[in-house]
Amino acid sequence: MKNSVNRELPEELLKRLSYEAFETTEIGHPSIQRVAPTVHVSTGDDKVVDSIKEVVKNTVKDGMTISFHHHFRNGDFVFNAVMREIIDQGIKDLTLAPSSLTNVMNDMVIEAIKAGTVTNITSSGMRGSLGDFVSHGGLENPVIFRSHGNRARAIEHGDIKIDVAFLGVPNADRLGNANGMEGDAVFGSLGYALMDAQYANTVVLLTDNIKPYPNTPASIRQTQVDYVVKVDKVGDPEKIGSGATRFTKDPKELKIASTVNDVIVNSPYFKDGFSFQTGSGGAALAVTRYLRQAMIDNQIHASFALGGITKPTTDLLNEGLIDRVMDVQDFDKGAAESMHTNGKQQEIDASWYADPDNKGAMVDQLDVVILSALEIDTKFNVNVMSGSDGVIRGAIGGHQDAATAKLTIISAPLVRGRIATVVPDVTTVVTPGESVDVLVTEYGIAINPNRKDLISALSSLPGVPVYSIEELQKMAQDKVGEPKPLEFTDRTVALIEYRDGTLIDTIREVKD
Amino acid sequence: MEIKQTAVAGTLESSDIQIMISKGTNDFEIELESDVKKQFGDQITKVITDTLKQLGVTSAKIKAVDKGALDCVIKARTIAAGQRALGTTDKPEWEVL
Amino acid sequence: MADTEERLRRTMMFVPGNNPAMVKDAGIYGADSIMFDLEDAVSMTEKDAARILVYEALKSQNYGEAELVVRVNGQDTPYYPNDVKAMVKAGIDVIRLPKVESAEMIQMLVKDVEASEKEVGREVGSTHVMAAIESAKGVINAAEIAAASDRMIGVALSAEDYTTDMKTHRYPDGAELEFARNMVLHAARAAGIAAFDTVFTNMDDTEGFYRETRYIHQLGFDGKSLVNPRQIPMVNEVYQPTEKEIENAKNVINAIQEAKLKGSGVISMNGQMVDRPVVLRAQRVMMLAKASNLLDEEGNYLEK
Repeated sequence: MKNSVNRELPEELLKRLSYEAFETTEIGHPSIQRVAPTVHVSTGDDKVVDSIKEVVKNTVKDGMTISFHHHFRNGDFVFNAVMREIIDQGIKDLTLAPSSLTNVMNDMVIEAIKAGTVTNITSSGMRGSLGDFVSHGGLENPVIFRSHGNRARAIEHGDIKIDVAFLGVPNADRLGNANGMEGDAVFGSLGYALMDAQYANTVVLLTDNIKPYPNTPASIRQTQVDYVVKVDKVGDPEKIGSGATRFTKDPKELKIASTVNDVIVNSPYFKDGFSFQTGSGGAALAVTRYLRQAMIDNQIHASFALGGITKPTTDLLNEGLIDRVMDVQDFDKGAAESMHTNGKQQEIDASWYADPDNKGAMVDQLDVVILSALEIDTKFNVNVMSGSDGVIRGAIGGHQDAATAKLTIISAPLVRGRIATVVPDVTTVVTPGESVDVLVTEYGIAINPNRKDLISALSSLPGVPVYSIEELQKMAQDKVGEPKPLEFTDRTVALIEYRDGTLIDTIREVKD
Repeated sequence: MEIKQTAVAGTLESSDIQIMISKGTNDFEIELESDVKKQFGDQITKVITDTLKQLGVTSAKIKAVDKGALDCVIKARTIAAGQRALGTTDKPEWEVL
Repeated sequence: MADTEERLRRTMMFVPGNNPAMVKDAGIYGADSIMFDLEDAVSMTEKDAARILVYEALKSQNYGEAELVVRVNGQDTPYYPNDVKAMVKAGIDVIRLPKVESAEMIQMLVKDVEASEKEVGREVGSTHVMAAIESAKGVINAAEIAAASDRMIGVALSAEDYTTDMKTHRYPDGAELEFARNMVLHAARAAGIAAFDTVFTNMDDTEGFYRETRYIHQLGFDGKSLVNPRQIPMVNEVYQPTEKEIENAKNVINAIQEAKLKGSGVISMNGQMVDRPVVLRAQRVMMLAKASNLLDEEGNYLEK
């Protein structure tokens, strides 16, 4: 059957995995029953364990679901150390349910799949050799990709039932009070890991820095933790920061960023007390810089900035241009340090950030978001998951979640090298066009025809040509030519859930 | 026209294509390296061979390393490499441009 | 003077001729003129490759409304004849000749251009030319250079070579360029063509760039040669007319229309006669205002 974004979903698969097809971005007001974890009662004096080997032996059994967080990004030492031990102990048939998978984990995951240790994966995304491996049919069961908000929802619903969570932290006391802000390998907010700490049946902390009891401020609390393992090093501080930390000098990126700023400033949402999310990467940092100037010039300040946080955003907080930073993860050391020192930078968990099945998530209150795209099609559907060759190389992250903002701007070059970004149909639908409002490219912008209000607000901006999305698509094709259609087999290698848990698209095995 | 020497044109910078042309025995033998080979490999090969034919070349070995070049760049680099290989750089084949 | 309508030439952006990424994206920054460089930006071994690349790009890429200029290699180089011929064949708007020191050099260029036009079947006279002045001799002869041909659309000062020739270098206050700037500007104005100021290369000195641009704007230059697209919005900002200038210009334009309606040859405003310089300035202000997107469709000032 076809879902509402016109994607063919195999009936057999829907039935077998009891999926509903995606219909709408509207969540409605259902009543939801959440689950609760099993608690192994303890007074807390026996939590410290000497080795990963011992804790794995005590906790992990065949067929379980295990989880990790990805706050260390490419500086992560914990994932590989734990997985090494799990593979070596011959454990089989695990479901791997990390908040996301970073490149530094790829080789180990592939080894674990080949050894039969891991037979199911759910993640926000995957890249590099692992994406390639899965796209070529390396894992028998399809990977389930979920946004950060959807992962929180799935954990609360019991769709993901975590048996053991292995959570690396830069500090903890002997009972498990821990935060992400002090120590060598600091990353700031523990936003994604807080879900695992709250809902896993068994919580194992790994740290290189045991602090005197009681350790505060405690983001993860002793009431949640079963084991504390002392390791040599949890991560490489140099590799924790992700993406660009400097403003881009690329004139094309700057041109796009300044146009994004024009769109924001001339939208009805740019008024005192507005809120925004910009994300990471050189272009996002440039937007933040332009936005800062516009806020100063127009004497406007923001009530909050949301999501993944960078130093330029915390600078705005310190300048008094933003009242609060609501922080689910920090992309650089500056932002991580700021959480430590500035009480107005609030650590939030993934549920508070973006869970649709909530009594109100932060994204529901968000005015403006700037998001990226690998591809966007003439229906405004966005792909951030598969490359133009059909191979998995991305992550949903908070894309679907934040796209529910009142003004969702996709910022992307019209073409990258010889690859068109604006296409007739995206390879994989991740975020439905229904929730996308404006596309900004270096040539001009396109406004979702459903947003008549934005069309009238943005149609005569100085130096910002407005095109239809079809015109932009044609412009891109005129430049690069028409690519040969991709070839896939009939086998499904990954499922893309929408944030409400329905199925929005599938990814098939590439043929080559 | 006869290829007199092996010649290269283009760089390995983004949006460029480096084309090396040397003497071939029979027809065109093209070795193409490209991130977009799946989608545009046939088109890239076609632009290279069409352009060489216009230069009057009937057989050649070509090694192309593509970094996402557009057709106009592929054509330009093929002409530059071709003229260098033919030794006609100073007296370009104007009608081919 | 070339027989063309008055057009804005605030920004002439240099694009290295052998760089495909920059050549293909040159159109997105809103430069009034795009200048593909076959000369200094291209190494000796790549002259042929750059010439062919720019040729193919001109034939296939859409650069919108921008005026397209190519800086060819100097007449004392072996690359010059093929550069000129290829660019005429590609349909370039303007050929910019470097290191011009005399009217004869321009006349020779015009002869070569005309020969190429005939050869490739392009309308004779449709290719314009301009001169870059880069030496003391060029500055002294600026007037005859600017007036050397009907095809001339502008003269540009190129300060790097010029200051070397003058046994000095560039200083932040620009005193060393004062004479040359005024010579080039006067030569251009006397010949009725455009004057372009030299490049400013230190991208980290935004303040210095604004200072220099305001200065040459005050002198009366049409615009500036630019090394980086990021400089385009800065120049446009300096050249943007004020609301008061626009209001005033609109009154003048209205007065012209009124005079036309009345069939009167005399334009008057507030009881006073409006003479030709005022009319010309008003027209230029309205053109700048329009280019700066300061007017709505009816020509009313848009609040920013």
